[in-house]
Amino acid sequence: MASDRDWTDRRMEVVISNLLRFGVLLSALVVLFGAVLYLVRHDYPHTDYRVFRGEPSDLRSVGGILRDALALDGRGIIQLGLLLLIATPVARVAFSIFGFAEEHDRMYVIVASIVLLILAYSLLGSAWL
Amino acid sequence: MTILEFSLLVWVGSVAAGFLGALTGLGGGVVLVPMLTLLLGVDIRYAIGASLVSVIATSSGAAAAYVKEGFSNIRIGMFLEVATTLGALAGATLAARISAGTISIVFGLVLIGSAYLSRRPRPKNERDVPPDPLATRLRLNGSFPDADGIRNYNVQHVPLGWTLMFGAGTLSGLLGIGSGAMKVLAMDQAMKIPFKVSTTTSNFMIGVTAAASAGVYLARGYIDPGLAMPVMLGVLAGSLLGTRVLVKADTKWLRRVFSLVIVVLGIEMLYRGLSGRI
Repeated sequence: MASDRDWTDRRMEVVISNLLRFGVLLSALVVLFGAVLYLVRHDYPHTDYRVFRGEPSDLRSVGGILRDALALDGRGIIQLGLLLLIATPVARVAFSIFGFAEEHDRMYVIVASIVLLILAYSLLGSAWL
Repeated sequence: MTILEFSLLVWVGSVAAGFLGALTGLGGGVVLVPMLTLLLGVDIRYAIGASLVSVIATSSGAAAAYVKEGFSNIRIGMFLEVATTLGALAGATLAARISAGTISIVFGLVLIGSAYLSRRPRPKNERDVPPDPLATRLRLNGSFPDADGIRNYNVQHVPLGWTLMFGAGTLSGLLGIGSGAMKVLAMDQAMKIPFKVSTTTSNFMIGVTAAASAGVYLARGYIDPGLAMPVMLGVLAGSLLGTRVLVKADTKWLRRVFSLVIVVLGIEMLYRGLSGRI
């Protein structure tokens, strides 16, 4: 029984690591695509990073980022890539819930769900649209 | 400086930060934020936002290599992630309430602290600790492949480890670093988890912890695409390269030089924060 659990744990870890690699690769490609559009277009005002102003509201929320990205705005597409990157560990936790459920490990289904709730609160609780 | 020149400069610096961070095991974040703020004059809040994003990228990118070794413990990781993500939320909330100068002071202290931690000798992991009732109930005890087969280990001092992890998460959310050194300290020193298991499990946790505070930073407008783009792409490239080289290179002298650099950066961050020049 114990070795059975170990085996399922191993398989879960392999799937998770593939998921993480895929997420990072996908987000890096999206960021790169956005970077090309951003650098090719010359009419962006140069941001002065010495003074903190904060991002405009459309680059702060999932809805706003999606709208900008669909309009093929370079900065919006980069932000979409970063959003995918932030979502990658979240997907990992979500998958773990499924994995623990398959092992009938009720305690860890609950633990992983708590982590997912905290992450969801951080991403969505602050601003969704 | 044009946008292209600025982006290239940040990219090159980030490649170097990611490369050195992977070689020395300290992570790219600890050198990235000082580089952006001290050398390029970027506001520390933008720098932290960009650094957080790169921390997620390196942690997730390195996961594949770690999983192959079979050392990480997903139950320990998941259980302690409750602490680190709660801490990260607290840290990100705190970051909005305290001044840039105070953040700089804390950053300086953490830099000096992690340089010290990285200079400590690595334990041999020959210890055998008795099972702890709480750890057993939480099914944290595990095993890993060793030279002579499978080695079992027990976990100790769960409440202390959990509390330290909350602290590590807070620092991560406040400063935009992975705070891997403190996570390893909590697992290896407090919870008596074997060193190899501690480092690989810590890597897994870093991405989830950073994601918790990155959401808050994004919503608050601290993550600028123009800055985060070269940082993320650079640190990712640098750290992947660093992990490749790590297997062959003798990193002892490099570690020594790097921890010296970190101490100098720490003193400078401390000084700027105290003198209000940030």
